[in-house]
Amino acid sequence: MAEAQNIPVGSTTAGSIAVAAESTVATRMSAPPSFDVADFPVPHGREEEWRFTPLERLRGLHDGTAAATGDGVKVDVQAPEGVTVETVGRDDARLGRAGTPVDRIAAQAYSAFEKAGVVTVPKETVLTEPIRIAVHGEGGVRYGHQVVELGAFAEAVVVIDHTGDAVLAANVDYILGDGAKLTVVSVQDWDDKAVHVAQHNALVGRDASFKSVVVTFGGDLVRLHPRVSYAGTGGEAELYGLYFTDAGQHQEHRLLVDHNTPHCKSNVAYKGALQGEDAHAVWIGDVLIEAKAEGTDTYEMNRNLVLTDGARVDSVPNLEIETGEIVGAGHASATGRFDDEQLFYLMARGIPEHEARRLVVRGFFAELVQQIGVPDIEERLIAKIEEELEASVA
Amino acid sequence: MATLEIRDLHVTVEADNATKEILKGVDLTVKQGETHAIMGPNGSGKSTLAYSLAGHPKYTITSGSVTLDGEDVLEMSVDERARAGLFLAMQYPVEVPGVSVSNFLRTSATAIRGEAPKLRTWVKEVKEAMARLNMDPAFAERNVNEGFSGGEKKRHEILQLELLKPKVAILDETDSGLDVDALRVVSEGVNRVRETGEVGTLLITHYTRILRYIKPDHVHVFAAGRIAESGGPELADKLEAEGYEAYTKGGASA
Repeated sequence: MAEAQNIPVGSTTAGSIAVAAESTVATRMSAPPSFDVADFPVPHGREEEWRFTPLERLRGLHDGTAAATGDGVKVDVQAPEGVTVETVGRDDARLGRAGTPVDRIAAQAYSAFEKAGVVTVPKETVLTEPIRIAVHGEGGVRYGHQVVELGAFAEAVVVIDHTGDAVLAANVDYILGDGAKLTVVSVQDWDDKAVHVAQHNALVGRDASFKSVVVTFGGDLVRLHPRVSYAGTGGEAELYGLYFTDAGQHQEHRLLVDHNTPHCKSNVAYKGALQGEDAHAVWIGDVLIEAKAEGTDTYEMNRNLVLTDGARVDSVPNLEIETGEIVGAGHASATGRFDDEQLFYLMARGIPEHEARRLVVRGFFAELVQQIGVPDIEERLIAKIEEELEASVA
Repeated sequence: MATLEIRDLHVTVEADNATKEILKGVDLTVKQGETHAIMGPNGSGKSTLAYSLAGHPKYTITSGSVTLDGEDVLEMSVDERARAGLFLAMQYPVEVPGVSVSNFLRTSATAIRGEAPKLRTWVKEVKEAMARLNMDPAFAERNVNEGFSGGEKKRHEILQLELLKPKVAILDETDSGLDVDALRVVSEGVNRVRETGEVGTLLITHYTRILRYIKPDHVHVFAAGRIAESGGPELADKLEAEGYEAYTKGGASA
C-alpha cells in the first residue's frame, strides 16, 4: 500500500511534501463511517475531529440528549415544473447513497430522522429556475435528511436557505447522474442562537459537474461537512464557501474531496472574515488522492481576513497523495489581519475609513461572490456583507 | 492661491523598540503653480517627509506645523488631507485585491469632489486620461495595483493625479524603477497637471534624470532629516556633477 503523504499546514506543494503519518484523513476520525449512532462514542472534545468544537454549545446533539420536537422547524420546497418532490420513509432505497455519516452527530441525524425529503430532476431535464428549499426554525429541534438527485444530463440549481432559530442536525445527499450539472447554494443565515450541524455528501457521476456554494453568516454554532466523491471518470467538483464570523460565533467547515476515481477535478476555495471577541472560524480542508485516482487535478485554498482583535481562525489544509500520476495538486491557506497599508492607500485618495474598509472586505469576497451564478443570492450576499460591516463600524 | 507651509517639522518612527528621529526641522513653502524638487541620498528622510504629510500612522510628528491655506493639516485624518487637496503619488502603491481600478477611481473622485461625477462624462474623462498615459482601456477592470508592473503602477498613480486635481501633489520617487519610455510618459502626465498652474508640486527624487523632463523652479537638497541647501535648477546640475557626498558628510555632524 502506498504510504500517504501529508502536507503540513500553510505550505504549498511546490517543493515541500513531507511524509507525516500521524494525522491522515482516515486516522483523524475516531471511528469509521457508519449510519448507526451507536458506532460512535460520545465525544469528549479531545478527538481530532472534535477538538475545535465547543461541545457544550451543541445543545445535546452530540450525546443523545437533544430530543426532536416534531415541529418548530419548517421545511418548504419550491420546485419548477418537471421536478419531483417527495417525502419518504426511512426505508426508502434512495437514502444514504451519496455518503456515510462520519461523525456522531451525522449518524445521530441518520438514526433519528422520521421522514426524508427527496427531490428528483429527471434525466436530460434542464431547469431555468432554481429549486428552493427553505428551512426555517421556530425554536425546534430537528433531525433531517434530504436527497437531491439529478438524472443523466440534467441541469439544476438548488438554493437551500436556513433562517430563524433551530437546533438542526442533518444529512444532505446530492447524487449526480452522468453528465449532470448541479449547483447548490446553502445559505446559513440563522438567528444568533441557532445550532446547525450537517454533512453534505455529493456523489459526482461520470463527466458530471458539481458546484457547492456554502455561505455562513448566522448561528451560534454551525458545523458543516461538505464532502465529495466520484462515481465515474471526468467528474468535476467546485466547492466555494464564504463565512462572516461575528463575536461569539463558532463557524466550522470541514471539507473532504475523495479522489477515488481517475481523471477527476476538484477546486476548493473558502474565504472568511472575522470580527469581534471570540469569533471563531474553523476550516479543515482534506483532499485525498487515492492510489487508483490517476490524472487527478485538485487545488484547495482557504483565506481569512481578521478585522478585529479577539477573533480566532484555525485553518488546516491537508492533502494526501497516494499516486504520483496526477495532473496537479496544491493547496494554500492564509490568515491575515486587515491590511493597514490598503486602508492608508484608499484613505490617501480621500475615501473615508469606513468606506475604505467596506471596499477592501467586499473586494476580498468579490471573486467568490462572482462564482455563485445566482443573481438574487449574489445581491443578498453583498447586502449581507454590507450589513455585517455596518455593525462592525457601529 | 493655495500654499503648503511646513515649519520646523520633526518626525520620529518606532523601530526595534527605539524611537528614532528622522525629520529634524524641515522648513518649506510650496505655492500653487510652483514645482519644488527635493533631492537627497537614500535614508535622508525624503520619503518620511512625503508620508508624514499624507498622514501615514507609522510616523509621529513631535513638533512643528504643516498648514494648507492656513488650515492645520496635522489635525486632519488621512482622508481629510486628501479631500483638502493633498495628493501623494506613492513610491510603492499598494495592491487592493478585488477592487477594480474603475470602482476605485470613481469612489475616490466622488470623495474628493464631494459628489459622484456624472457617469457619462466620467467614463469619457477616465478613458481620455488613460489614453494620454498610453494605458490600455482593459486596465480599468483590473484590481488596483494587483499584478501591475512597476511602470503600470506609476502610470496609475499619475492617472489619479490627473483625475483628482489636487492643490499640492507630492510625488515620491515616481521615477524610480522606470525605463526611459515610461519615465517620459509619466513625466508628460505630471507636466500636463503642472501646466494648469493650479497645482503645487513637490517632486521627491534620488536622481536628476527626471528633471530633464520636469523642470523644477526650486531645488532643495535633503540630508540628515532637513533641507541642507536650496537653490534654482542649477543646483540640480551641481548634484549631477558632484553627487551628494558634500552633504552626507555635513549631515553626519548635524
